[in-house]
Amino acid sequence: MLEVLDGGWLTTIQDLGRPGYERYGIPVSGAMDFFALRVANGLVGNPPGAAGLEITLVGPVLAATAPCLVAVTGADLTFRVDGREMPMWMSVFVRRGSVISFGGRRRGCRAYLAVAGGIEVPPVLGSRSTYLPGRFGGWEGRALRAGDRLPIGPVSGHLPERAGRRFPPHRLPAYSDCPTVRAVPGPQDDHFPPEGLETFFGAEYRVSPTSDRMGYRLEGPPVARRRAEIISDGVPPGAVQVPPDGQPIVMMADHQTTGGYPKIAMVITADRPLLAQCVPGESRVRFAAVDVAEAQRRYRETMEMLERSWE
Amino acid sequence: MTFPRILPVGDAALVVEFGDEIHPDIHRRVLALDHALAADPFPGLRETVPTYRSLLVYYDPRQLSWDEARRLVANALARSTDTPMPEPREVEIPVVYGGEFGPDIGFVAAHTGLSEEEVVRLHTSVTYTVYMLGFAPGFVYLGGLPEALATPRLPTPRPSVPAGSVGIAGLQTGIYGLSTPGGWRLIGRTPLTMLDLNRQPPTLLQPGDRVRFVRIG
Repeated sequence: MLEVLDGGWLTTIQDLGRPGYERYGIPVSGAMDFFALRVANGLVGNPPGAAGLEITLVGPVLAATAPCLVAVTGADLTFRVDGREMPMWMSVFVRRGSVISFGGRRRGCRAYLAVAGGIEVPPVLGSRSTYLPGRFGGWEGRALRAGDRLPIGPVSGHLPERAGRRFPPHRLPAYSDCPTVRAVPGPQDDHFPPEGLETFFGAEYRVSPTSDRMGYRLEGPPVARRRAEIISDGVPPGAVQVPPDGQPIVMMADHQTTGGYPKIAMVITADRPLLAQCVPGESRVRFAAVDVAEAQRRYRETMEMLERSWE
Repeated sequence: MTFPRILPVGDAALVVEFGDEIHPDIHRRVLALDHALAADPFPGLRETVPTYRSLLVYYDPRQLSWDEARRLVANALARSTDTPMPEPREVEIPVVYGGEFGPDIGFVAAHTGLSEEEVVRLHTSVTYTVYMLGFAPGFVYLGGLPEALATPRLPTPRPSVPAGSVGIAGLQTGIYGLSTPGGWRLIGRTPLTMLDLNRQPPTLLQPGDRVRFVRIG
């Protein structure tokens, strides 16, 4: 069991989400940075889709009521055990009674903590991911707070022996405060004049402070549009919608499933972790156009590399 | 533009557009393709999202390239015109109109020049079609609102609209599945549970269902 002594700014239970329900208006949710959660799970020997903690900007304080094996990945929020800083991207043995905490934020937005056995809250529609706007999934559909006691699934083997496993740093995505994120134009790129596409793929945008797990609002040169609205249709995560003010919005994990703004581009799946680590109000982002074939190659490469890492 | 057309949507989805307007015939073609894919799914098909005039199709890019996915969906599209569709379900939705459950019925009456009684009579007088569920969990978009009832949205959305609320926005009527923020004009509320996360499927209504509102209370 992990006992929450302090919930931090916004700590939620997330796995890889609940696909299959968008036709009912239910978004996929899940870890914003799927790469970091998968690696954290791999380091502690979990299946890739085990539930862990998504920790936003300011970390929680957690007491281990039993010995456990954890790994912290994603944003660097100064991961500590009993006050001593511990390496990230590595499995760490935590004794019974030890306290996991975090110090200042150094880089990135979201850290992931996986624990061997996974966090065993009851699944909702096949997933343990928290969907805050709907108040379901995860821990009572809300962010963690002091007093919550998180059950951990069964583990086998001798945990201390499994500590010290590392993920090679050269295999990490190109995390940055000002990343260039690749995107495939469309599906409504024909709703934009050439200068609208030039603006979007040429300009630098600031990630607005109002950005959250539903969407990243971008501030920068307005994107010119040909037509104001489309008839509402399906909106996948990664879609870049352009509302009437021309300031693009990138749909993230808790995105609304349908919408009526034209979609100028789709962020490629492999680069979504880069966006997930952008800090609202701080990070700047640029977009580079790629075609579908290139986007699919990057996705396959990323997934194959993640799988190879545990052989 | 010629329809239907198949467009890539990033690296893991495509969309089949059947037209550029809200029309029952276009929506029927969306559902026919959805039905054809559900009846005979190809390996790598993940999920589909039917909407007014298009079908979003998610696929696994590790199993299928965009060209392969497009070809498989084009085959299903050809097949869908002669796949028999199941008869649409007819569902009655009981609604308490007005009062605390329909705080905007007075505005709708004033805007349309009808009495509140006539608003209710008109709203319960026709059979609607579920065009899509979306934006938020379990929200139902219905087509077929009598034009006399068309009323614009609230200028500022309410921070919270109770689940089961029945509203009007322009020429659309809809039902809130979950308590969410919302800007539709609320004329009533149903006591039915529109979204139940322990049920499969989780929503009471599905795209294509035929709906009649019945006044209660």
